[in-house]
Amino acid sequence: MSQIIQWIEIGTIIRSLGCCPSEGELHDLIAEVEEEEPTGYIRFEKFLPVMTEVLLERRYRPIPEDILHRAFEVLDPAKRGFLSKEELIKYMTEVGERFSQEEMEEMLSAAIDPESNSIHYKDYITMMVVDEN
Amino acid sequence: MGCGTSSSMKDKKSEKALKAALVIQNWYRGHSAQLKTRQRYALTIFQSIEYADEQGQLELSNFFSFMLENYTRLLEEDSELVTHLFDSNIQDKDRQDYWVLIDVPDSYCGPRLQFPLTFTDIDLLIEAFKQQQILHAYYVLEVLFETKKLLQQMPNFTHIKTSPSKEITICGDLHGKLDDLFLIYYKNGLPSVSNPYVFNGDFVDRGKNSMEILMILFVSFLVYPNDLHLNRGNHEDFMMNMRYGFTNEVLHKYKLHGKKILQVLEDIYTWLPIGTIIDNEILVIHGGISESTDLNLLHRIERNKLKSVLMPPIPIDGDHATEKGNKVGTTITARGIRTNGSLSEQLTKHEWEQVIDILWSDPRGKRGCYPNTGRGGGCYFGPDITSKILNKYQLKMLIRSHECKPEGYEICHDGKVITVFSASNYYEEGSNRGAYIRVSSGTPPRFFQYQVTRATCLRPLYQRMNAVESRAIRMLKERMISQKTDLIRVFQLQDSSKSGKLSVGQWAFSMENILGLNLPWRSLSSHLVTTDKDGNIDYMSSFQDIHIQKPVKEVQSTLIETVYRYRSDLQIIFNVIDSNHSGLISMEEFRSIWKLFKSHYRVCVDDSQLDELTERMDLNKDGSIDFNEFLKAFYVVHKFDKLSKSDTKVA
Repeated sequence: MSQIIQWIEIGTIIRSLGCCPSEGELHDLIAEVEEEEPTGYIRFEKFLPVMTEVLLERRYRPIPEDILHRAFEVLDPAKRGFLSKEELIKYMTEVGERFSQEEMEEMLSAAIDPESNSIHYKDYITMMVVDEN
Repeated sequence: MGCGTSSSMKDKKSEKALKAALVIQNWYRGHSAQLKTRQRYALTIFQSIEYADEQGQLELSNFFSFMLENYTRLLEEDSELVTHLFDSNIQDKDRQDYWVLIDVPDSYCGPRLQFPLTFTDIDLLIEAFKQQQILHAYYVLEVLFETKKLLQQMPNFTHIKTSPSKEITICGDLHGKLDDLFLIYYKNGLPSVSNPYVFNGDFVDRGKNSMEILMILFVSFLVYPNDLHLNRGNHEDFMMNMRYGFTNEVLHKYKLHGKKILQVLEDIYTWLPIGTIIDNEILVIHGGISESTDLNLLHRIERNKLKSVLMPPIPIDGDHATEKGNKVGTTITARGIRTNGSLSEQLTKHEWEQVIDILWSDPRGKRGCYPNTGRGGGCYFGPDITSKILNKYQLKMLIRSHECKPEGYEICHDGKVITVFSASNYYEEGSNRGAYIRVSSGTPPRFFQYQVTRATCLRPLYQRMNAVESRAIRMLKERMISQKTDLIRVFQLQDSSKSGKLSVGQWAFSMENILGLNLPWRSLSSHLVTTDKDGNIDYMSSFQDIHIQKPVKEVQSTLIETVYRYRSDLQIIFNVIDSNHSGLISMEEFRSIWKLFKSHYRVCVDDSQLDELTERMDLNKDGSIDFNEFLKAFYVVHKFDKLSKSDTKVA
């Protein structure tokens, strides 16, 4: 149990530093900093040089706003300006690096407009980006 | 047209969709991580400030010892103060008689308890409290007296046995959060012979329903004394209650009989057991252990002699007077007051320290045992200490509370120490989950988490984070302004070119040094100061949008700042001196206390204006000061804050 928690913590830390590795890239990164015999803990002395390099090389840069917008548009070929709740759930949980149930619920709570049961992605993105700053 | 073309188009389409999904997922996870990190920062801020306050509280206990040595020599007649502080032997007979005389009017429509109590009374109370009714003082006192009688029969440690069919539930700090107790009883069932509970201390303070929680817990205890176990926490202490809100809650809800209720509670706290031992394997105590923890000794001591864990035994011989910067020296002349057999009314210093360790210590990853500098009492104990003590007494696990955890519980020291904390949203709505544990012999413990929310659907994560974060930053800024003079002094020392700017490193160092809060200053800097394009910090910018309201314009800022900074301590000191709860203190007492306070806390402030301050504030009533009004006049104004507009008082 402690192993899983530790895993999640490191991902959060790396992402909070402004890097956006995919889940796969994250796995690789963790493998680099883990102990030979994984103890469930990451040692700072090992983490620091690896992370410094990642930051200096500007690896795993975050997704710019317009690319994010275009991604939503791809999933909305009819150009309605929104995705239905079911559509969002389907894509996020069945395709790509799938969301866990918790992640899905979390995203829905902020993204979905309860009256139309859909996500108006342009507004959603604007709101999230403002919040980050 | 043909199948081949449409399937390759489909492939292309699904490939695009795959890429799009990956982009969104990747972005979302980064965003979510940022939010979680902000939550952690906010929690760290809350926790640091909370512990610094606790340290202040322990420091206060030293002040009381100091004060007694010196104050009673100055004003020789005030033995009443000492009796109030040290004499716990108010006749039981007197108390019983008093209570019986209270009349419950017919117009009272709150819950009426029937003694001997049964489980229906538990239900009755829960329903009544859900409707925000207040239990009449008559019933409160009846419950308290019965509880005390029963607690007196309990040993220091209760030994419990579980079985596969009889699991026991362990809950951590509740701190007056009634909704959490309701939720636990709802989710996990009411206590009964087949559903036993341990409540591991800190039932009161901070939340606004400490009284109701106590009533429900005590009534549950009276109905099921063998299956509802209560351990003492560091907040089951009348001195902590004065600072952290419970005393105020009682006096506010029970204007007529509040004082009486508080007196009885002081006593009851001392009779609460120190801990529970389950199946001879699991030790359940509120705080933690130290390398010298002696369970045999703790089983033996007379726990009821520990009136407040914050009142260290007054040294009788000279050799005890050295701890915690007690600057008194060895002349112990106030002993005249204590000759009436009061020596035997205290524990020895060693016993006192053993209990402090149990109620105040925190586990840490670092090996060894160190003084708990965060809180000022107890120690930090490492995994080696845990192993040593558990092995010494052939125990397998330690379950404790005392620290707020984001997930409501946390496991450390290779699974040997579990922290369980049951007050969700402890610092702020959205700050943390609560949890409880179910254990039975032979099976690993099971954890249950929850989070109480006022709205029927939880606000989105980012909104909750914003609320938590802004409150934490506000608190931090208030801390900063209360030490503005010291901060500016250190900033200027490092700013040799008088540019008004410092590097981030210099600024962070200064903040840490003066405020003594172990916080990630670099990450927080964007919330606290402005930075120029070269990355240098304009250190005066923190003080631009916040100031302490000056009750009297002509008085120096440093004096105002000092009173503001120590307002909690001063309030407690005045409250303790004001033994008849009149709310007034004479000018002479005020001046003497201030003098002693300055001396003990090493505060360098020119108080020539102190008299002017008190006079102009026009709080004199026949040469006395209404000290609560006095202290309330020192508050912080956040200039650009919509919230403070409604809190602002008309001067």
